Formats: sequence, C-alpha cells, structure tokens
Amino acid sequence: MIRQPEPKQDVLDRREAIVAGLRGILPDDAVIAAPLELKPYETDGLSAYRQPPLAVVLPRSTEEVAAVMRLLSREGVRVIPRGAGTSLSGGALPMADAVVIALARMNRILEIDETDRFAVVEAGVTNLAITEAVKGRGFFYAPDPSSQLACMIGGNVAMNSGGAHCLRYGVTSNNVLGLRAVTVEGEIITIGGKYPDAAPTDWLGLVVGSEGQLLVVTEVIVRILPLPEGARAMLAGFRSNEVAGACVDAIISSGIIPVALEFMDRPAIHACEAFAHAGYPLDAEAMLIIEVEGSEAEQDALLERIRAICERFDPVSMRVSQTPEESAAIWKGRKGAFGAVGRISPDYMCMDGTIPTSRLAEVLGRIRQMSAEYGLEVANIFHAGDGNLHPLVMFDANDPESQQRAEAFGADILRLCVEVGGCLTGEHGVGVEKRDLMGEQFEPEELALQRRIKGAFDPGWLLNPAKVFPLVDA
Amino acid sequence: MIAPEHEADIQAAVAEAAATHGHWRIAGGGTQTGLEGGHDVLSLAAHRGIVFHAPKELVVRARAGTPLAEVEAALSAEGQHLIAEPPDLRALLATSGEPTLGGAVATNLSGPRRVHGGAMRDHVLGLRFVTGEGKVFRAGGRVLKNVTGLDLCKLLTGSRGLLGAITEITLKVLPAPERVGTVAIAGLGPAAAVRAMAAGLRSPFAVSAAAHIAPGAGHPRGLTAMRIEDFAASVAYRCDRLRGMLAEHGTAEIFSDHDSRSFWRQVRDVAPLAGLGPAIWRVTLRPSAAATVAARVEAAGGTWMMDGGGAVLFVAGEPALAGARGDGETWVALKGEPVPFPERPEMSRVRAVLDPHHVFAAS
Ligand SMILES: Cc1cc2nc3c(=O)[nH]c(=O)nc-3n(C[C@H](O)[C@H](O)[C@H](O)COP(=O)(O)OP(=O)(O)OC[C@H]3O[C@@H](n4cnc5c(N)ncnc54)[C@H](O)[C@@H]3O)c2cc1C
Repeated sequence: MIRQPEPKQDVLDRREAIVAGLRGILPDDAVIAAPLELKPYETDGLSAYRQPPLAVVLPRSTEEVAAVMRLLSREGVRVIPRGAGTSLSGGALPMADAVVIALARMNRILEIDETDRFAVVEAGVTNLAITEAVKGRGFFYAPDPSSQLACMIGGNVAMNSGGAHCLRYGVTSNNVLGLRAVTVEGEIITIGGKYPDAAPTDWLGLVVGSEGQLLVVTEVIVRILPLPEGARAMLAGFRSNEVAGACVDAIISSGIIPVALEFMDRPAIHACEAFAHAGYPLDAEAMLIIEVEGSEAEQDALLERIRAICERFDPVSMRVSQTPEESAAIWKGRKGAFGAVGRISPDYMCMDGTIPTSRLAEVLGRIRQMSAEYGLEVANIFHAGDGNLHPLVMFDANDPESQQRAEAFGADILRLCVEVGGCLTGEHGVGVEKRDLMGEQFEPEELALQRRIKGAFDPGWLLNPAKVFPLVDA
Repeated sequence: MIAPEHEADIQAAVAEAAATHGHWRIAGGGTQTGLEGGHDVLSLAAHRGIVFHAPKELVVRARAGTPLAEVEAALSAEGQHLIAEPPDLRALLATSGEPTLGGAVATNLSGPRRVHGGAMRDHVLGLRFVTGEGKVFRAGGRVLKNVTGLDLCKLLTGSRGLLGAITEITLKVLPAPERVGTVAIAGLGPAAAVRAMAAGLRSPFAVSAAAHIAPGAGHPRGLTAMRIEDFAASVAYRCDRLRGMLAEHGTAEIFSDHDSRSFWRQVRDVAPLAGLGPAIWRVTLRPSAAATVAARVEAAGGTWMMDGGGAVLFVAGEPALAGARGDGETWVALKGEPVPFPERPEMSRVRAVLDPHHVFAAS
C-alpha cells in the first residue's frame, strides 16, 4: 500500500472528545464511531487500499456540514469528503485520524427549472437520479459515468467525471453552473449561479475537479439538456488496432462527431461477449461502437455515412442496429465491461490515461509488449473520440507479488501516456493512486504552485490531505 | 508599451516589474481597450504563430498574439471552427487593432454558440502563462480529457490578464457545420421572445443560438431568431420542425444559409448596439429575468440585445446605467468603468499566490 502520513497522535488521543463534540452538533444517528460500523467506509472503488477513519458523519444539510467543519477545523482534524465511494483512484480513502463527511443523506432534488434549464441538487443525489428526475419533462443531465447508478453528483464534481457521451456533451465541468459549498473554516459560500458565466472570474472551473482539496460541496446547480429525438448505435469490427484507429480518424475528418465512439481491443471484446452475449465479432482485433442521435431519418443518414466510411477499412463485421433494443444490446457489453473483466480475472486495476488519438496504435502495441513482459493480461477499452484510454490490468490480489507487478505495469502505462503527449488521468482523478506519479507530468515548481493554490483554500491542509499531490517530505 | 516577440522576454519584463514594484497591463491586439487602465501596456501581440493544428485530434495550439483571423483561417482550411465563436468587438467598442487568440481566451470571449457549445473556458485544453513573479507555468495539455491536478486552465481563462500573462493556448476545435439555418419570428416583445427562445432551446433540435433584437436596436419590429447548424438535410428538417413547433408564438420565416451566416455574424459582434453608448456591458442572468431587466434598462435610457435565449443581455448607454443592476445579474463592462465584483478571501489568496507583488493589479 502507498505510504500515508503518520496520523496526528494528538488527534487520536482526543478521539472520544472529538466524537462527543460531533454528537453535540448532529443527531445521534448521524455520527458513526463503532469500529464495525466504520468498516463500509474504510475503502472506495480502489479496494486494494483500506484504512478505517476516526469517525464518519452523515449530515443532512449544508448547515450541519458547516457546523461539523467549524468543529473539525478548530480541533485540527483532517476531513475526507465522501460521496458514494466509487472512486477508482482512492480519492475517498480515509486516514486513521480523519473524519469522513459522507454526503449520502443529502439526496434531495431542490429545484428544477425548465425555462432556465437547470436543476439544483444536493451533493448526495446520484448521477442517474438527476436524469430520472428531469426525463419526464424532456431533459437529461449529460455526463454519464458507467457508475451513474451509484456515484453522486458531489463526487462527480470533485472528480470532474466524464462518460461515454462526453465527446458530444462535455464532462462535468462543462455541465455545472454553480455550487454551494462549505469552506474548511465552516463558512457556507456559493460559487457561480443559475446561469452560465455568473462570476467574472472562473472559480467554479477551479473547484470542479479539485478532488475535495478546496471545499466540501453540498449543493450543485447543473445544466439540463433537452433529450434528443432518438439515438441508435452500430458496431464495426476490424483486423487490427491500427485499422480501427484509422477508421476513427476518418469518421472525425468527415465532419461527423458521433455522440459516442468507443473502442475495444480483442481481449475486451472476448471478455464482454462472454458476459453480455451482445453478438460482438470474436474474430476482430478491434471493435468500435458508434452512436448517433436525431430523428429516425437523421439517424439513418448518419449511420449510412459512417457505414460507408467503415467499409473503406475492410471491416470483418458491421452491424447497424435497427431498433432501440438492438442498440441496448450493443451497449450492454460495453457498459458491463468492468464486470465482464471481473469474471475472467479475480482482480483487475482500471487505468485511465489520455493520449493524443494519433498515437493509439503505437500505444496499444507497447501496452501489449509490456503485458508480455509483466506476464499479466490486459484488456483495453477506449473513449476513442477523445483519447481516454482504460486499460484493465488483470491480476490476483491474493498474490502480493502479482499485485505489485500490476501496480508497476499500471504505472508504466501512465508514464507511456505522458510520454506520447497525454496525461495521467482523463476522468478518474489522481486520488491516492496516481499521487506519486504526478512528477511524471509536472515539474516540481508546477506542483508547488498547485499546492499553494490548495493552501489558499485550506491553509492547514485538513481537506482530503495526502491525495493528488506527492507528500512534501517524501 | 512593449511587445516582446519571445516568451522569455515577456517573462523578463514581468520579473523586472516584480522586482521593482512595477506594474503591467497585459494586452493582446488592443481591441478591447475600451476598459480604463493606467499602467504601461505589455502587449502579447508580437508573440504569435500557430504551433500546430492536428485536425484529426480536434486540437490547435497557437501563441497568444496569433490573430484570431489567422487561427480561424487555418481551421477553416480543414473544415473546422472555433466552438465558442468569439466575436470581433471592434465596431462595437470603436477600437482598432487585430483581435488575438490570447485576448479572446483572457476575456473568455464567446459568441451566440455559448448557449449550446459553451464558452472559451470550455474548450481550453492547455495553457502556458507567466505569473506575476515572472515564472512560466504550464496548465493542462493537448488532450481532450484531462483531470490531472487542479484545473488552472479554467482559472486563467477569463482572468483578464489579472492572474497571469497567457502566452500559449491549446484549444479543442470541431468540424464546422455544412449548413446553417435560422428560424426567425418578427414582432415579439421581450417576454414573448424569451418564451419562444425557451421553447426552441428545450426542443430536441439542437438549437445552437437564440437571440432577440429589440426594435430600438436595428430591427424595425424586433426579431427573435434561432439557429440550427448541421448537415444540410438535418438543417432543413429541423428548421421546418422548429417553425411548426413555434407556431403558437408567431409566424416564423426561415433564412437561407447565406443570410443565416451574415445574420449570426452581426449577432456575434453585437453589431446592433454599435455606436449606441459610451458604455457597454455584457450582462449574464437567468433567461426568465431577461425581459424584466431589459425593461429596467430601457426605463433608465439604455438599449439592449438578448443572446443565449435571454441568458445574455448586451446593454449600451450612459455609464450611470450600471447603477440599474440588480441581484442575480452579473454585469461585466466591455467598455467604460469596470464593475466591481466582491471577492472571497480564499480567492484573494489565490491571487496573491499567482501575483504576489501586484504586477497585474488593475489600476
Ligand atoms: C464500475 C465503475 C465505473 C466507473 N465509470 C466511470 C466513468 O465512466 N467515468 C468516470 O469519470 N468515472 C467513473 N468511475 C469512477 C467514479 O465513479 C467517479 O469518480 C465518481 O464521480 C465518484 O463519485 P462518488 O460519489 O462515488 O465519489 P467518492 O468516490 O465518494 O469520492 C470521490 C472523490 O470526491 C471527493 N468528494 C466526494 N464528494 C464530495 C463533496 N461533496 N465535496 C467535496 N469532495 C467530494 C472525495 O473526497 C473523493 O476524493 C467509475 C467507477 C466504478 C466503480
């Protein structure tokens, strides 16, 4: 496990007093301190790392969060904000001397405005619940992480999460208008508003994606978009990663930006097909899922253009769905990809680098080579339009040696992403997982500047410390 | 004024100011100098040139002083365009000079497509900038998705040269539409116009702009217009559907591709308000409040134009008009005295991190 700072002994010593203080400001059922009940909070989606916190609080309002923050900052206690705990980078991993503020009970939708096209939701509302709440009125909330059934908007804001449709609709940052949040000192503030460009300086853009380093977010004002008339998917299998990559380039060059453009390599195709029976081409080396939107006629026209482009790349198979059911079947394999890989390997690590799309074939080739060197299987899933690569490195967590190799392999993949002009993380965040790799992408001075900006919000480094930035004494 | 060609010289000029309690006002092409400002100008206009354009990756990188027109021409040669549609404000602000990419990014300029495709801030993938200490930093990179570390790109974009001198910008770009269409209704009052635009913007037809030009500002009866941009067949189909859907709001006409392009260029450049006031503001607000605010502006002697379906109100008039602003409205001066905006202490501390010696401080 990654090195974490020593817990503050004086805080551990005052544990009972701190818990009593929390019970003084929150209802009894909102403070968890019994070791067994802390268990569910000891890890997140990066389950290889575990650490029970000092206590967990479950506030029901912004005011309660503010009261908790006032107490904890006065006591010098570290704070870990937490949504649903689906972070794949260990962003919500606790520390022994830290209190977890879990926003799960702040799950109300406060306002929906159809004229001004926004919704105000509490941080603990799940991503999918927003779309469910506005769907009946003809709207949706665009960013759609595969974890959308569970993950919460506060977590999405913290991670600036993306999804399969962000090539067209943008990521969280492009779809958030404003926030209500609590400062480390326990003051309630608002940033942005119920319309775009509400603040002349873009503090909102700084806070979105800040991984709980700057503020505890309690309410989010999101932009809601009108639902398209319809959507349909097609899939095409190709003889090599190179050819599939060239086909992606050709589609983009033709002036078509599909709403989704997903790439899977051979191991991913096989894992997903075994799981979903979606009719994926098992003889293909690479496969694209391409989705378009519009009226039936518009879908037909776009899919016909795309089909003609794919045709030029000698596809081994091609299937244009004729019905929404067929589209759903095509998506089922992709959406269940992580689960599918989970079935063929006891454990896997989901990496998340981004690369310039022109380097795709080369990068996949080098990953394959590393896979052989490390003796570990890897399946690649890729948001092809925007270069966000998700290699799933398979290993056995019961074998510490295998886990170590997987971590080293993962780190090498991310180094490769940076080397070809990309970055360490496209949507899952740095968290604790990629913290010590930050030096691969940033100069020491650049990291120092970011640290000082964090310090401008959180001078005592109480908010989600030991994440994102390499430890200074390291 | 100095206008260094190389980043190292820009850096040296800032470093020297930092060491000597000096100040610089950062400028691009000087087309937005309608704003007051006393300090010496450090112009980035000579630090220019496109570094690369990778059309298949939807990315372009250029130095800050590159004329917007040069960037647009390079993109256009590959069938692409700037998503945020930054305006050319020279006629509106009665300025000369050449609009630069750096100026557009530093002011988060965006045009009618803001309501659909986002502002400059939504497409800046990477920056190089010089802090008030005279140090060069990079933020972001060249890939479309990047959440590595704090998002300083968004912080710097729109910071009007007050947090750093942006020297190089990497932007996401998109294919330009094959066809542009417009559905327009004449004769609606402000409230009816907002209702019609809201109906268009909530339709499934991907309306990419919605503006209302008041009778006082160029159009004899007032015009409410919505734009659709896509492949030709889609534009024809959706304009027709949109016109049908808007029938209850008024009888709509459909503009040709040619007329649409020139009409939206006028809207983009806020041409209807050119020459109408010594002071000009871009006000952002909730569309549902736009008609009320427009009436208030008119009562105070100002002229206005709505963009973004009412989420943007351009206001022209006497400087005292700024006193007419209310809660829930963000007034940013394009010409005339800057409008003060209260700032939180943590944000002032961020300023102190980036510009500890107040080199970039507004006069
Ligand atoms: C199966 C699976 C699929 C996934 N697919 C995607 C995907 O397609 N795209 C994608 O982008 N991500 C994906 N993820 C990652 C994860 O779901 C996202 O990062 C998500 O946004 C995390 O939300 P959460 O509510 O679970 O937050 P948590 O995991 O609880 O927390 C994440 C981070 O946010 C901070 N945080 C949480 N709430 C707040 C708050 N209110 N204020 C301040 N900080 C806060 C935490 O401290 C932590 O650093 C996936 C994860 C899984 C397990």
